[in-house]
Amino acid sequence: MIYNEAIPAIAIGLPLLAAFLTPLINIASKKARNAFVLAILIIEELLVILLAWHVFTNDIVIYTMGAKNPTGAIPTQAAVPIRIVLEIDGMAAFMGLISATVSLAAGIYSIAFIKESNAKARYYTLLLLMLAGMIGMEFTGDLFNLFVFLEILSITSCGLIAYRQHADAVEGAFKYMVISNIAALFVLFAVALLYAQYDLLNIAAIAHVMQYTQLDKIALVLFVAAFAMKCGAVPMHFWAPDSYSTAPAAITAMLVAASQASLYALFRVSFTLYGSLMSYQTIGIAIIIFGLLSMFIGVTMALPQKDIKRLMAYHAISQTGYMLLGVGVGLYLLGSQDFNTYGIKAMEGGIFHIINHAMYKGLLFLTAGAIYYRLGTRNLNEMGGLGHTMKFTSIFFMIGALAIAGIPPFNGFASKLLIYEACYKVSPILSIVAMLVSILTLASFIKVFHSAFMGPKLHDVKEVPKSMLLGMAVLTFVIIFFGVFPGWVVNHIVHPAAMALADKMAYIAAVTGGA
Amino acid sequence: MNDGRMSIIVRTIATMLLPFILVFSFYVIMHGHLTPGGGFQGGAIAASAIVMMIAAYGHERMKKKVSEEGLSMAESIGAAIFALVAFAGVFMATSFMYNFLVGTPVFGKIPPFGGNSGILDSGGVLPILNIAVGMKVIGGLAAVVMIMAMAGDEE
Repeated sequence: MIYNEAIPAIAIGLPLLAAFLTPLINIASKKARNAFVLAILIIEELLVILLAWHVFTNDIVIYTMGAKNPTGAIPTQAAVPIRIVLEIDGMAAFMGLISATVSLAAGIYSIAFIKESNAKARYYTLLLLMLAGMIGMEFTGDLFNLFVFLEILSITSCGLIAYRQHADAVEGAFKYMVISNIAALFVLFAVALLYAQYDLLNIAAIAHVMQYTQLDKIALVLFVAAFAMKCGAVPMHFWAPDSYSTAPAAITAMLVAASQASLYALFRVSFTLYGSLMSYQTIGIAIIIFGLLSMFIGVTMALPQKDIKRLMAYHAISQTGYMLLGVGVGLYLLGSQDFNTYGIKAMEGGIFHIINHAMYKGLLFLTAGAIYYRLGTRNLNEMGGLGHTMKFTSIFFMIGALAIAGIPPFNGFASKLLIYEACYKVSPILSIVAMLVSILTLASFIKVFHSAFMGPKLHDVKEVPKSMLLGMAVLTFVIIFFGVFPGWVVNHIVHPAAMALADKMAYIAAVTGGA
Repeated sequence: MNDGRMSIIVRTIATMLLPFILVFSFYVIMHGHLTPGGGFQGGAIAASAIVMMIAAYGHERMKKKVSEEGLSMAESIGAAIFALVAFAGVFMATSFMYNFLVGTPVFGKIPPFGGNSGILDSGGVLPILNIAVGMKVIGGLAAVVMIMAMAGDEE
């Protein structure tokens, strides 16, 4: 195919273009608009799969915007990359798969879930822009570009959280906006610190010449703080329950993927930009502590909640802890001999958990949205007996709940087992905490399942519309597929992603040409 | 200020200034690739003209003259043109955002080094991108201002 090499740019540009065509098509026909948005989301998914397949089987893909030869990062007259370079390695492609899949499910789900009104065209515009922001953050190889896409993602997320315009939704959006702006300013300041010293913005090029001066250390702290804030790690988690619980359910599922895009940026900065320069152990332990705190505080806060989406939001914080724990252990061991044995396994567990979490937490939020769609409440005390009529929703919820609790044969089990095993070698306490959190997670989802779906028939409700079921089914399919074939997924998708993070030299060499 | 209007002096002067501001805005947009300014700045100047008219005549009257849908439409079309030009780089030349118009009869001239008297016919895709950004900013900023002016109405 002639345009094969342009896929990275098209994957970012297509949702951007489609976002602004959506309001124009909306004038012609509402049905055409829905079909158009769906077609774009499906094409986007296919593009990302095609690209990921290429990255996983061949090598890192780079694409230089506006260049005569887009596969060469450095122009002939220059010694360093000048233009914006997109660089997609295993980890970036892996994250792109998550964003595209969750957006596809959310887009299908929204057709029936969001009531038809004049504002719905804007809803889809923002949804597509949010997808463009996530994909852009994940595919870019340029620090300033990363900041720009972070801002696009933050602003569109705010608009979508406040979509319903209730007082609490506006409050959730406002909190998210404050947090996002603080994080974005941290990132901008850190980028400025690096640019002032090296006259470079390309991640690989900076990593190539990094001196690790005092200013670089300040920049590192700013990056880590900003991205940890955006991904909802304790102690910067307070925005997550408000924003997650008040946004429309489809958007909450996307917010989970958006938080993970920030998590990706955290890993990209700590592994690739700084990598061997910084003390692995210090940053590793810091990330492990973030992880343990997030896991434990998240789940203990989740247990007493009565609001179903708030409860799930606290679980999202808790699950983020698993990813931080897994990757933190990998970082702690990086460079030592143990890395090749169980360090890489810990990272695989953490990274595998990212995609698993996006799928089952997305699914759980969508089922919570289905309940809200029929009952108009998020309060668990007002639910009950929904299993009698909403059969598919209750099955989807059960699959999501078992997956999050780490019960085989669902995908959560596969990634959690990897984390337990690898962390046990470092310190048994880490595994014990992780297992305890898992048990508490199961306990709180049994509570939800019992109070929402079991018991006598209290409400005369019907099953939700087909498009919502289809959206949930997309994620369920992935959960079951990953749960049944975890070995294949780990070997073909997760392992290349983990190796891409660990092997910083390959990322640099792709841009600088090994010079 | 009974119906949001200001005195007749202000209204007359505002009406007289309006065409000049719009012409200046268009000038800044069209010369974006040659002089300081560009699509964003020119668009902001045009949007400030709308702010002036809202201040002079009150938003009730402006709402009848300028529709919010029209402004959103201008914004969407502007952004879509921008993205389409970027895509044209892939399909007409080598890469995304490639300046494929250089050397063609449309905006294709390469101006000489140093100052010039305004060779508008240069810059490749840049003038088109400036016009697209200008449309987007006029639409976006004016819509924001209109909505802010109307914010008090619901209470």
